[in-house]
Amino acid sequence: MQKQITEDRAETVFEDFKKPYDMKAAVAEANRCLYCEDAPCITACPTSINIPEFIRRIATENIQGSAETIFDSNIFGMSCARVCPVETLCVGDCVFNHMEQPPIQIGKLQRYATDQAFEQDWSFFEPGADTGKRVAIVGGGPASIACAHELRLLGHSPTIFESRDVLGGLNTWGVAPYKMKADRALEEVNWIMQIGGIEVKTGVTVGQDVSFDELKNDYDAVFLGFGLGLDKFLKLEDEGLDGIYGAVEFIEKIKLEQPDVSNVQTAVVLGGGNTAIDAVRQLKGLGIPSVKMVYRGTEERMSGYAHEWEAAKIEGIEGVWHMSPNRFFGENTVTGVLCDVLDQDKKPTGAQQNIEADLVLLAVGQDKQGDIVQSLPGLEIEWGVIKVDSMGRTGCDGVFAGGDCANGAKEVVNATAEGRDAARAIDQYLN
Amino acid sequence: MADLSTNCAGIKSPNPFWLASAPPANSGDQVKRAFDAGWGGAVWKTLGQPIQNVSSRFAGHGYKGNKAIGFNNIELITDRPLDVNFREITEVKKQYPDHAVIVSLMVETKEEWKDFIKRSIDTGADGLELNFGCPHGMCERGMGSAVGQEPKVNEEITSWAMEYSSIPVLVKLTPNVADIQPHGLAAQRGGADGVSLINTIKSVIGVDIDNFVMRPSVGAQSTNGGYCGSAVKPIALHMLASLARNKDFNLPISGIGGVSTWRDAVEFLLLGATSVQVCTEVMLHGYRVVEDMLTGLNNYMDKHGFKTLNDFVGKAVPSYSEWGNLDMNYETVAKIDADKCIGCYKCMVACHDGAHQCIFPSKDDSRVPVIDESECVGCNLCEIVCPVPDCITMTEVDNGFAPASWNEHVAGTGKLRPKKGAH
Repeated sequence: MQKQITEDRAETVFEDFKKPYDMKAAVAEANRCLYCEDAPCITACPTSINIPEFIRRIATENIQGSAETIFDSNIFGMSCARVCPVETLCVGDCVFNHMEQPPIQIGKLQRYATDQAFEQDWSFFEPGADTGKRVAIVGGGPASIACAHELRLLGHSPTIFESRDVLGGLNTWGVAPYKMKADRALEEVNWIMQIGGIEVKTGVTVGQDVSFDELKNDYDAVFLGFGLGLDKFLKLEDEGLDGIYGAVEFIEKIKLEQPDVSNVQTAVVLGGGNTAIDAVRQLKGLGIPSVKMVYRGTEERMSGYAHEWEAAKIEGIEGVWHMSPNRFFGENTVTGVLCDVLDQDKKPTGAQQNIEADLVLLAVGQDKQGDIVQSLPGLEIEWGVIKVDSMGRTGCDGVFAGGDCANGAKEVVNATAEGRDAARAIDQYLN
Repeated sequence: MADLSTNCAGIKSPNPFWLASAPPANSGDQVKRAFDAGWGGAVWKTLGQPIQNVSSRFAGHGYKGNKAIGFNNIELITDRPLDVNFREITEVKKQYPDHAVIVSLMVETKEEWKDFIKRSIDTGADGLELNFGCPHGMCERGMGSAVGQEPKVNEEITSWAMEYSSIPVLVKLTPNVADIQPHGLAAQRGGADGVSLINTIKSVIGVDIDNFVMRPSVGAQSTNGGYCGSAVKPIALHMLASLARNKDFNLPISGIGGVSTWRDAVEFLLLGATSVQVCTEVMLHGYRVVEDMLTGLNNYMDKHGFKTLNDFVGKAVPSYSEWGNLDMNYETVAKIDADKCIGCYKCMVACHDGAHQCIFPSKDDSRVPVIDESECVGCNLCEIVCPVPDCITMTEVDNGFAPASWNEHVAGTGKLRPKKGAH
């Protein structure tokens, strides 16, 4: 069974970046919605939530009906409401953007309805008639849980194998705490599990404790949702010094433990993606006086979301551009990073600059661990990512995949959609 | 600066905006503040034998966040002592000689009418308004709409008032009748100087769905009330226009019913009113709403070159015709301005589900809908649901047919174009 997480977690100091609506604010915002036909916001949502419908239901104070509309399409509707980059998805496609009106705050409305569902303890789902079919699910993140829930609706019996002692994947140990904290992620997992009939085996690493081939033989189908591997390192000189961590690894410490950063004066995060932005904002939020994001490219061309970086700058984070780490400095503990100064085309100019730091996080990607399933016949892996069709079918008969291990690293909402759709493909396969 | 002054049935005021006989015109202090804010006149809250009111009294009809697009009340006439009312009216009139002060009356016997009219005239008031309209409470006692719904009673009591009054008399009509015209004509036969309309509409505004009691609730009970506010304007405009276009009806009209903005007021004036009375908008937002009414009306008149209200009072009355006289060959189709369209497809779903199925999705990814003009009947629905100003316009089509009405068609003198969208 899952372990309880401690209450002594560094993340608890964070407040919500986007404040939740109360009833009157939610209804007022819902009343602004135009209730578009064939709405662009639905198309923009990877899980295709019927957004105008759930908003109309908030406007009529049919909050239970609203939550049902959301969960019908997206069982992780509560966390997606908080962690989705809505500015680039549903909100970004709201037609109000075309008439110089503020777009509808779909994420905040979705949060209102889904939070109510949790607070009022509404449940909407019953398992389907038992088919007797058993499905092994590798990994316990959103893709796997969404897949398991959908399989239960269809009457199948899933078993989740999770190598850690808690479920939820990055929702539990990776989401920035100003969006959602670990205890809320676990509440959501438990709420989803209420459907019953989902067996959970934590502390079991498939590939070590049990082989993929065994699962394939013992179960009627297999879903792979094991996500990404460890943070990548740069293999630079003195990278082993104390005070140098992978960003995902350190975020997990903030989420689930109480790392001591009280003596850190300057923290540097290497990278320009969303993990890098998450990391700098969290380090700043923990009270580190100087936090810098050091990136090889330009502010314009960084892969992290512009709206997230804007928020980071407002919080006092400094961006350092055109710098590529060359080596680290320090006795036992890191004291700085020596960087090569790059030109516009990311080519070395020959100049170098030392950036002082007593904490360094590497946010240069995570290992893609598709290779651990190489033994499955017919399954194709490209750059460490499992190849799937639009319904999550791999090249190996009876084996399906979704989430980061199959999409290379996307959002929770993508993982949820892929897990759900794979369950429907599994159902077809089993019938 | 246009001249906003008016003379409605011999009652003069610096502008056509009067407070209707209702809670905002309940006391001297209120009316003085209203005049200071800019109101041109006030019809005092109806005097009669003072009554006692219930709690609660008001309720709103809400839609999409607006709690009172319609409004109703179960309050009765004045509950204040008569001598206090008459003393305050006298004071107000003395202090505001150029503003119109009209005393609204509702009593039963001829003797009472005589007495109340005399005391009203003694205040120096500019006119009287006979309340033949109240549809709740007072009508159960044989007054208000109980009078206004019976042309003979209306005519008789009006004639009493005319016998006793030396100042102009308006008869306030109830809309709770099948046809307003016999009631306006009854007031005219009784000798009235003018009519005012409409009073409130008999209504049940809503039900508390968790406690199973109608609103506004008085404990576990409620009763029908009088409906007013913005939502009743179309009903008021119809009754106003019905009388204004009646060749046998010649009295001035003070327009009432849902007047909330200067635009509403202009519409009432265009359909023949020479003053407008406002209550609900003031109850919801205060006397200050008159400031925009005054500047809005003035700017409208300047824009059209109207120097006085008489330049446009009744100007839209001739446009009111019978359906049988409408030109069946006049044809419009909807056009969408692609640059303004935001791609909400509201027009498409409305046309598809609620009209004539002639708007279709864009063939490319622009989300600008495509209109099949050969099927478009020119109904306006798409233009109404479009959230973008001036994005959809109804455009006249020259179909080559000479104008022809249904009546002409029946008489064999008009040739109609082929029907559209009727297959």
